[in-house]
Amino acid sequence: MQKIVERAKELLADGTVNRVLGWKKGDMCFNPEPAFFETAEDLDENFVYGGFCGANLSKYMIDASKLEGKTLVLLKPCDTYSFNQLINEHRVDREKAYIIGVGCKGKLNIETIKQSGVKGILNITENGDMLNIETLYGNTEMKYSDALLERCHVCKGKEHKIYDELIGESQDTSDRERFAEVEKIEKMSPEEKFAFFQKELSKCIRCNACRNVCPACSCRKCVFDSTKFDSSQKANTDSFEEKMFHIIRAFHVAGRCTDCGECSRVCPQGIPLHLFNRKFIKDINEFYGEYQAGADVDAKGPLTEYTFGDCEPSIVKERG
Amino acid sequence: MPINKEFKPKIVAFCCNWCSYAGADLAGSSRLAYPADVKIIKVPCSCRVNPMFILRAFEKGADGVIMCGCHPGDCHYSTGNYYARRRMTLLFSMLDYMGVENGRTRVEWVSAAEGVKFSTTMNEFVEKIYSLGENVRLGDLRCKK
Amino acid sequence: MQRIGVFVCHCGSNIAATVDVKKVVEMVKTEPGVIHAEDYQYMCSEAGQAKIIEAVKEHKLNGLVVCSCSPRMHEATFRKCAERAGINPYMVEIANIREHCSWIHKDMDEATEKAVILARAAIAKVNLNAPLQAGESGVVKRALVIGGGIAGIQTALDIADAGFPVDIVEKEPSIGGRMSQLDKTFPTLDCSACILTPKMVEAAAHPNITIHTYSEVENVSGFVGNFTVEIRKKARSIDMDKCTGCGLCQEKCPMKKTPSEFNRGLGNRSAIYTPFAQAIPNVPVIDRNACLKFKTGKCGICSTVCAAGAIDYTQVDTMVTEKYGAIVVATGFDMIKLDKYDEYAYSQSKDVITSLELERVMNAAGPTKGHLERLSDGKAPKEIVFIQCVGSRCADGRGKGYCSKICCMYTAKHAMLIRDKYPDVNVTVFYIDVRTPGKNFDEFYRRAVENYGVNYVKGQVGKVIPQPDGKLLVQGVDLIDNKQILKEADMVVLAAAIEPNPDVRKIATMLTASIDNDNFLTEAHAKLRPVESPTAGIFLSGVCQGPKDIPETVAQAGAAAVKAIGLLAKDKLMTNPCTAKSDELLCNGCSKCANVCPYGAISYEVKEINDHGIRETRRVAQVNNALCQGCGACTVACPSGAMDLQGFSNRQIIAEVDAICR
Repeated sequence: MQKIVERAKELLADGTVNRVLGWKKGDMCFNPEPAFFETAEDLDENFVYGGFCGANLSKYMIDASKLEGKTLVLLKPCDTYSFNQLINEHRVDREKAYIIGVGCKGKLNIETIKQSGVKGILNITENGDMLNIETLYGNTEMKYSDALLERCHVCKGKEHKIYDELIGESQDTSDRERFAEVEKIEKMSPEEKFAFFQKELSKCIRCNACRNVCPACSCRKCVFDSTKFDSSQKANTDSFEEKMFHIIRAFHVAGRCTDCGECSRVCPQGIPLHLFNRKFIKDINEFYGEYQAGADVDAKGPLTEYTFGDCEPSIVKERG
Repeated sequence: MPINKEFKPKIVAFCCNWCSYAGADLAGSSRLAYPADVKIIKVPCSCRVNPMFILRAFEKGADGVIMCGCHPGDCHYSTGNYYARRRMTLLFSMLDYMGVENGRTRVEWVSAAEGVKFSTTMNEFVEKIYSLGENVRLGDLRCKK
Repeated sequence: MQRIGVFVCHCGSNIAATVDVKKVVEMVKTEPGVIHAEDYQYMCSEAGQAKIIEAVKEHKLNGLVVCSCSPRMHEATFRKCAERAGINPYMVEIANIREHCSWIHKDMDEATEKAVILARAAIAKVNLNAPLQAGESGVVKRALVIGGGIAGIQTALDIADAGFPVDIVEKEPSIGGRMSQLDKTFPTLDCSACILTPKMVEAAAHPNITIHTYSEVENVSGFVGNFTVEIRKKARSIDMDKCTGCGLCQEKCPMKKTPSEFNRGLGNRSAIYTPFAQAIPNVPVIDRNACLKFKTGKCGICSTVCAAGAIDYTQVDTMVTEKYGAIVVATGFDMIKLDKYDEYAYSQSKDVITSLELERVMNAAGPTKGHLERLSDGKAPKEIVFIQCVGSRCADGRGKGYCSKICCMYTAKHAMLIRDKYPDVNVTVFYIDVRTPGKNFDEFYRRAVENYGVNYVKGQVGKVIPQPDGKLLVQGVDLIDNKQILKEADMVVLAAAIEPNPDVRKIATMLTASIDNDNFLTEAHAKLRPVESPTAGIFLSGVCQGPKDIPETVAQAGAAAVKAIGLLAKDKLMTNPCTAKSDELLCNGCSKCANVCPYGAISYEVKEINDHGIRETRRVAQVNNALCQGCGACTVACPSGAMDLQGFSNRQIIAEVDAICR
């Protein structure tokens, strides 16, 4: 972390960048949040980079691209896919970004730690492969790898897809089958599937956190806020958007979603929203060939391409 | 949930102006009957059909939605049906994944010359919807009603 | 809210017999926006239209719903009627209660209920309609013909004769195409060159025709009436203005071992060459892959012997950019490759040849100077077997599903010519069917059988096996006598299927002209618009649209020319106003719409947007209304809903959905 701060200060000082986009300390050790830093003092005082810095900063570069001068942005390997996708969609300006690819050995999920029975957390410090957890009731510890976010278990790898320079080591933390959860649902009976999704989606409070954090959901105006489809949520009574929000959202990001997992990370209700996106990704891979959004900055994307021999929609029925 | 009334399904058919809409016209002029439950909405091309229209129909009480377009390779606009095909494949797969009966959605390629196919397709589709009964799942996805 | 009038047509009894039109009128009166509703016997009649106009005036209507036959029948009628009544024609919607209702339903209550729902959907849509104005665009009075075979030449001549300048782009060094390779033509046995050459000369001499040979279309942009085309003129290495066509260079060229494309590889040509004697232009090209000067830097004999000083080794490709109002595709065909048909031993024996190769063998300017001989040993054949449908009408996926159409006739021609010139040669034809629809065609075929004694065998050949003595053992089956046939032949001629020129897919993509699975260009209507592509301003001439013989090709070439002339004769074109439109305030500038646009109608502009007081420079989509054909692909690709289609807007379609599902 100190290396990052030193380098950021240098780049600020020599005028290469006008500001730094990183993470600042939260009120608790486990809730740092994205922030812009413009001075060395601010960096020294507030900057943080650690296991809880899961937030993907790519999306903030949409606004930062409109600002004067360059912005130093810190991207983890998986964040670079989102950044590439945003370049692909002309939403961020590569020229306005100075990218430091920061090392990542997987990011932590505070919910996982809490669910393991740890209560009254005061502070968590990383100690090699272990986490030392200070609580109101004494100290305990936990393996770092046991507290990872879901997305880190299906890590896309330690390679940064785009950067100006790299600081720190990264690790491929994948230890689960990416589509295992999706497959499990696919194998259910229609009744079970429906019951599963009805239960999950019933929790939704339409807080829009998933939409707001998603780097693919970056429309200037979401269809759910505009009058173009008579789907506006202005009067929070429109049952169309109420019921269909998550399907439509998933469809809108289909072929563009990099599977960064931010939606599930931020959902206050703990809805596994990535299961929608990952289903589309799995289908796209199976139907149209392996595709990873953001891996190639010039890719057209599976929904704006076709081949004559594409499978027919009836394949859904045939697969049963 | 109304269980006492006789089931009269609501079925929306999106038809491309250049092929299946004309195919439906041909079915009409050839007097090839299909149930009155099917109501056709004309679109310039199958690629005009936004998945939101289909979800909207279901949410408003449709029991089945079918989309008809030009055969692959024959699109009036060269490529529209290819995009439509991918979009619908993914949408239908998602609906299936969520437990919505996959018989409620269908895509069929029907040319302007295929009045018989249009009529047969509609007859089959309506029959399927009758066998599935009323669509409750998409209307009840979030237990709000 | 609009002021809508609903007009329900009885269509005599066509609608009224099954739909209670009076009830429909009563039911729709309470719909939002409906001010007036009435029914009439024949809405499309003068009297019916007068009723509409009267109602518009009386009730100050600004939107119309006509419940009648299909919009494909009378939408145009009622739009014109609206215009006469002083309403924008795009404020009219048709509820199709005949083809989609009365004609297919028997129960009156059911049909009436459906008619009401269809009317409601149309009313809901009109409530959201907006007046649309068709734009105007100009017409560049010049045509481009891609391909300089008989189809392209005929089209160019007809357009040029009508007084419009035409450019022909031909990728080979000479115009002439496949027809120039043929020896004789059916059904009159004219010498192909004798009837083609005058047309080639006429085209070259025509003041309105410019010929670009050894050239290819590289890029096409624009739209009907206003295409911009980039043409690559490949380096010929000869100064066209200086060359006198004396031919000395070809004679002296030391590199004479390049297989001649014109002779289908059966003979050789020099590195500097004109493809055939009557080539137009009569200016050679240097094949840089074969030329010693280009390969080693040594030689230069052609330059030394050229008295005109026309040889220019330093020439480079040049690009010509030209504007056209109309483009005619005349890219023609080639024979399929036979690598999937090795049972016929085409690759194993020089004496198994294709029909087009036989044309060259029979031609006086061909590799054997017109003598019928075996290419392996030069001996005169005594037994020739023709195999039909090699790769045509193929069900197993190896070849083409379609009938190549010309093979039955040219094989009859070949058989007849051989029997005429060499009466001692036996000719056997294995066929699936003999197809001879065409003027004097069946008579021609019957002459081959009855007067010339050609042996036709209904059945297919399973295998051709080259024998050690040089003969070819043909294993076939006679389906009529139901017996196996084993025949020793000296030569086997394969009627290989024809396929569209492989370059045509690339060209179709550039032109956004639709193309089918077999690479034939699709016509706008299979019956009623057979020489037009669905893409406005693109016309189809010759085999690029489907297999054709010469008379049909010439007829179609003329028809394509007439369609092009009809377009070029106009000064202004009306554009379809149902085009896509982007809301700049919502546009993300993400390019998804442009990715799916088949017409290249969407471009991006970086401009200052005033978004509710916030001024920002943004990248936003712009639709070129003259290019956009209104398919709507972009509207679904657009995640934010910024892109919408006029006349079929998101809200309009959703209103229809809601009305139907109510």
